[in-house]
Amino acid sequence: MTNSSLQQEQATRSDQLSPSAQPDDRFHRALLHNVHPLAWRNPKSTGKYKLVVIGAGPGGITAAREAAALGAKVALIERNFIGGDRLNVGCVPSKAIIRTARLYAEMRNADNVGAQVPGSIGIGFPTVMERMRRIQARLSRADSAQRLSEAGVDVYFDEARFAGFDTVEVAGDKLRFRKALIATGARPLTPPIPGLTEVGYLTNENVFNLTECPRRLLVIGGGPLGCELAQAFCRFGSHVIIAQDDPMFLPKEERDAAQILSDSLARDGVEIHLNTTVVGVRLDGKRKIVELVCAGDKFSVSVDEILAGIGRAPNVEGMNLEAAGVRYDTGTGIHVNDFLQTTNRRIYAAGDVCLEHKFTHAAEASARIAIRNALFLGRKRLSALTIPWCTYTDPEIAHIGLYVREAREKAIPVTTFTILMQDVDRAVTDGEEQGFVKIHVRQGNDRILGATVVARHAGEMINGISLAITSGIGLRALARVIHTYPTQAGAIKMAAEAYNRTRLTPTLKSLTKRWLAW
Amino acid sequence: MAELSAQSDEELLDRFQRAAFGYFLEQYNPENGLVADRSRAGAPASIAVVGFALSCYPVGVERGWMTRADAAARTLVTLRFFCNSLQSEQPDATGYKGFYYHFLDMKAGKRVWQSELSLIDTTLLLAGVLTAGVYFDEDTTTESEIRERADAIYRRVNWQWARGGGTTVRQGWKPECGFLHYGWDGYDEAIILYVLGLASPTHPLPERSYIEWTATYQWENIYEYEFLYAGPLFIHHFSQAWIDFAGIRDHFMREKKSDYFENSRRATYVQREYARRNPFGFEGYGKDCWGITANDGPGFQKLKIDGRERRFLGYAARGVPYGPDDGTIDPCAVLASLPFAPELSLSALRHFCARYPQMIRDSRLPSGFNPTLPRDGPSGWVSEAYFGLDQGIVVLMIENYRSGLIWKLMRQCPYIGSGLRRAGFTDGWLS
Repeated sequence: MTNSSLQQEQATRSDQLSPSAQPDDRFHRALLHNVHPLAWRNPKSTGKYKLVVIGAGPGGITAAREAAALGAKVALIERNFIGGDRLNVGCVPSKAIIRTARLYAEMRNADNVGAQVPGSIGIGFPTVMERMRRIQARLSRADSAQRLSEAGVDVYFDEARFAGFDTVEVAGDKLRFRKALIATGARPLTPPIPGLTEVGYLTNENVFNLTECPRRLLVIGGGPLGCELAQAFCRFGSHVIIAQDDPMFLPKEERDAAQILSDSLARDGVEIHLNTTVVGVRLDGKRKIVELVCAGDKFSVSVDEILAGIGRAPNVEGMNLEAAGVRYDTGTGIHVNDFLQTTNRRIYAAGDVCLEHKFTHAAEASARIAIRNALFLGRKRLSALTIPWCTYTDPEIAHIGLYVREAREKAIPVTTFTILMQDVDRAVTDGEEQGFVKIHVRQGNDRILGATVVARHAGEMINGISLAITSGIGLRALARVIHTYPTQAGAIKMAAEAYNRTRLTPTLKSLTKRWLAW
Repeated sequence: MAELSAQSDEELLDRFQRAAFGYFLEQYNPENGLVADRSRAGAPASIAVVGFALSCYPVGVERGWMTRADAAARTLVTLRFFCNSLQSEQPDATGYKGFYYHFLDMKAGKRVWQSELSLIDTTLLLAGVLTAGVYFDEDTTTESEIRERADAIYRRVNWQWARGGGTTVRQGWKPECGFLHYGWDGYDEAIILYVLGLASPTHPLPERSYIEWTATYQWENIYEYEFLYAGPLFIHHFSQAWIDFAGIRDHFMREKKSDYFENSRRATYVQREYARRNPFGFEGYGKDCWGITANDGPGFQKLKIDGRERRFLGYAARGVPYGPDDGTIDPCAVLASLPFAPELSLSALRHFCARYPQMIRDSRLPSGFNPTLPRDGPSGWVSEAYFGLDQGIVVLMIENYRSGLIWKLMRQCPYIGSGLRRAGFTDGWLS
């Protein structure tokens, strides 16, 4: 990408990027007031900073707050909005609208749980989005520019550019630092599809600016965010089509998890086209005509909007990283070692700009490691982290640790203990029976290698297994933990009990039988 | 069907096996040996069904349902067709690189429905070709030609090309777009594909292809049965129809102290347990009503039945316990489990006869019935067509249960033994 096209793309992104392009209501104004106050004056730097953080997303905020709390002199530089993707264009707005979408689905299916389906279920899309903005405004308070400043962080708004190995320029000021942390995050990839840019398309950066629900929506790419939003918009009444190049739905997930979600989306009415490539887009009046190819067969669909979710690219451009001696790759991001140190030993990186797993909690966890290593000569390793993740569809898919394939590649024999949610009392009473808990252990013992949970609240449930893995707790110990009854998380205990029953070998069974007969 | 209950197991099985065998006599084109995919008028031929037909003819001879001469003649017509038909990149050829298109025109023998050059369906065809090559062992002109042509068809297959540059094989190829994206993931019916590919004297797969393919296996404890998981029941049948896996083990099964025969037995028990639990409340499911697999279905429709929304599927790969499941049972899959869990299969067969007699016409089992979707009688929806794959697996698995004929024949096929050994199988009859 040339410099001029990069600047043009950045300018376009800045215009579109929520929340600047959201409807101008009181919630929007409150949000802006917190994440980028119009009247904000950058501080005047005095002396060398112990830590300069570039990027005020989840990783940057975590690092700046923790360093300031420990007494370090800290600067935090943000070119757009504090809160990063999480607050502005990611987790927070998506989960807010997903909640409303779920309620609509529940209303339509109320008779599944013995309730009456409401006579008329009208979708008030503007109200959905207003609630989303209200939630964004509310959650933006905790890490507002003002609050960060009060916590001892010097907050700067502008582009940051390195001017040397220990200097960064921002808004005409030169900040010298002992250590720096790059946490500039990532942005959606632009699909190289002829005509797409010309007709316009949505990404996570502008989809939350919509004021009307598209009647027909094409989602390109069946990744986690694409699936989440596809399901949500379908539940708002859009006719949603997912087209993905890969022949397997959610190719990185376990096949059974993907199968269950695929069925669930189909039940909602989402049309899924796998092994399908978008080869061109054109306008026909106000409609967008999308040309697709599947196994050599061509066809087209007519839609109102196109949402692209094909992946994310790290934000490494425009920082003059070369001047700081920081090596990077436009595809994989900033090069870091296991201690999150870049090729400049004074500079660290954390979050989406350098990690394969681009999640808010991974950004925060990596930022904590980077700070300890940068400021306290720490030797914390990124590879020591066990990072769970969750796709917030209905049902949710959550995973932690190794997949079976990964374990087998490491020559680790695996046994998987599976409990179906349909066999879990609380899931049955809740009418939320789709899904399972699968816990993978090393064959012959109870050490947990990884787990996948598919359930209505899988994101909550996986945390119990995350705790067990991090603390070295095996299935035998988990089986001894008394769980409240009835809960859906009881499925984890059921899996542990299934493991325990395998310990009753024929010999042991024969011995106990003789003992009890005595 | 009332009289069926009085019949012995052997009589009952003979009756159903012969009825299933009849499909291959009815749906056969004497001009080229092709056999229709299903019994609907105008249906194309399926190369996999032809593979089953070629394997069924020896059963017919041994059971006295056809003469050896008739079986040999039918077989030779078929093999001549597959030897001589057009192999090229042309979109209406019969095959390419030794593989064949999934569906062929019954008369012209050319590709139809823009179907893919199918690796697994070619494999099932080859299994039948090689069965014929072993069975017809007499020193006659016809049987000699059968053996020569069987070997030629097998040797022509370019397995190395089918990897498409990767380690494992692709699922298919089309002249319009080249190799299909799809790969194989998890345990499936492809063991026999790898065994035949590894054994090829001309274009063999590398040994690492099998290792790479089995890397996607999942050994699961479900309902307290530990087994190599695959949802649709047919996956536990198709390679097993030709290869006797009892007592022989690859690296994975040695690690698990099991074998693929025992695995199919456990998979059958998991199917039954799922049906007993019947988590989605489908009509009829129970200890003697199971058999959830890839089969015909009522067609896509959403209906409210007894206050519950039901979503039905057409021909689909149904599976246990993760689904999809729409309440459609395939009784043929139940009989295909006969060698592994006869106590379960026979009990279920008797239940089908007693409870759902109207879905059994002339002792032939349909591809599917769905008691949850109301129609006249307790069977509910019943598949109107018979499918060659279903009828074929019934014939072969009943025979394997009764005499082990197909397994014995294939043990004599040198390619099976060498392919199994290259895949790392040891012990049992391979010793």
